[in-house]
Amino acid sequence: MRARGLPHTAQYVVMLLLAAFFLFPLLYMVASSFKQDGVVLSDADSIAAFLPIPFVGVENFVDAIERASVVQSFFNSMVISGSIVGLGLVVNSLLGYALARLRFRGRTLLVAFVIALIIIPFEALAVPLLFLSARLGWLDTYHVQILPFVANPLFIYLFYTFFLNVPVEIEEAARIDGAGPLRTFVSVVAPLAKPAYATVAILGFLFSWGQFLWPVMVTRGIDVRPLALGIGTFKTTQPVQWGDIMAYAALMTIPLVIVFLLFQRYFVQGVASSGVKG
Amino acid sequence: MTQRTDVSGRAEAVTTFRTWRSAEARTAWLLSTPALIGLTAFIVVPFLLALVLSFTNQRLISPLPTRFIGIENYLSTLADAGFWQGLINNVWFVAIVVPLQSALALFLAILVNSRIRGRVAFRTVYFMPVVTVMAAAAVTWTLLLNPNGLVNAFLDVITFGTFTPDWLGSTTWALPAVMAVSIWQGTGFQMIILLAALQDVPEELYEAAELDGAGSWQKFLNVTLPGIRNGLIFVVTVTTILAFRLFDQVWIMPQVPGGPLDSTRTMMLHLVETGFGAQAIGRASAVAVIFFVLVLALTLVQRRFIREEGGAA
Repeated sequence: MRARGLPHTAQYVVMLLLAAFFLFPLLYMVASSFKQDGVVLSDADSIAAFLPIPFVGVENFVDAIERASVVQSFFNSMVISGSIVGLGLVVNSLLGYALARLRFRGRTLLVAFVIALIIIPFEALAVPLLFLSARLGWLDTYHVQILPFVANPLFIYLFYTFFLNVPVEIEEAARIDGAGPLRTFVSVVAPLAKPAYATVAILGFLFSWGQFLWPVMVTRGIDVRPLALGIGTFKTTQPVQWGDIMAYAALMTIPLVIVFLLFQRYFVQGVASSGVKG
Repeated sequence: MTQRTDVSGRAEAVTTFRTWRSAEARTAWLLSTPALIGLTAFIVVPFLLALVLSFTNQRLISPLPTRFIGIENYLSTLADAGFWQGLINNVWFVAIVVPLQSALALFLAILVNSRIRGRVAFRTVYFMPVVTVMAAAAVTWTLLLNPNGLVNAFLDVITFGTFTPDWLGSTTWALPAVMAVSIWQGTGFQMIILLAALQDVPEELYEAAELDGAGSWQKFLNVTLPGIRNGLIFVVTVTTILAFRLFDQVWIMPQVPGGPLDSTRTMMLHLVETGFGAQAIGRASAVAVIFFVLVLALTLVQRRFIREEGGAA
């Protein structure tokens, strides 16, 4: 549909204003991260807020890395998010494929089961999971932050609806050539499902990289804590070094921006062709 | 297959078919098992455990044995002012954020769906906040919302100094500030979903409506809205559920989590403080069960209101 109600220039003005609204906090964050700590607050009430002056180079980044042991928590976040996304892509797509394509007893029931699980919010499970994890001696480990998030009913459902829309003929051709269900999946169907994999990878990375509630509950030391929690260490030590905090926030955001820009094309396609839009 | 297959041939065909079918079933279970183990261990079991624990006096670490205490946890939760304050704030949050955010997302989707130069760049910009970690966004906004911060500097100019509240330090304005940040961060995602829905509406429908002499607004009401119905339902449902899960922002942004004076307390914050802070696992489980029942009820009510046709979640 075209927004025919608006003349072109008016539409551009509206779009630019909205772009400013969505972008200004990020510009502010980046500008402040290159700025002397003391002036971040005092400059905040004017256009100077967006100018990295006095420019201190990467000093804030160096400070942030030293104070919040960024290297360690960055590594932790990579291990945790990487495992959740990597393992998740495999197990969720396999179940999604089985539900969409293979005939077996109990399939319809399983589909209903998966859909029902989507509405159970993780937060409602956090307390008993914390209790179980404490009993199993899993606190302060990587796996306590990984395993609960690998199998994800929403992602299974996304794969399921995506595979439903893949034309059956493509698989039949492979089958006639003598390929079993698993071979068919690996060599024919999965490569077709790139947009679905990209969508789930981006969503999974977004969810896990920003995780806050669960790590707060199950970790104490910095040994296995992810990046997102490190931001708290700055607010407790006075005086608050705002430049360092903004540098830390920027460091935390950059990996996500890279992942998104790399997969953006597939992502939009994936949302369009999967069940997300209904 | 020919009509005149001999009997033994047919039997053979049936057997091969059977083994093929059972091989398929075996593969299906093989493929399903890893995910099913995960779903069972980390969703079904904890969920049932929450139900059980909510009737006990279980604590995270305690020398005392666990006892069955009936509905005492539920009674004490319902008698707790903090719980109600959290629930009320959640309801306010849903009532304001869900319609506003969905409408803004639809508006953005329509804007970037028009054939205008640079639409992909605009789409990327509108989506950028989604790619920002909430913790980073919340801290940045805390600075922006400082009484002498950028937001107030801007408001000072456009309202001639009449409206410059101490956002996060005020019991009136702290929750609206949290709402604004949530809308800023979440809208881009809904936009992408609605954009995908918009692109599925057949162009012919617009042309037909045009022939009938429909104006832009009529086309929007009679073609666009019905066409993206399922997308809208998904957006509204998901935004509602996410709104009930509000936690990160109210933990990070105010001076004290949920402050000032509980004005940004949410159910999730209450749950974390009970289960983690006070280590009262039994009582926190009761909060979790109440929370689940509320979300379930809301989802069902919404489904009923907007009786959907497709099989969307």
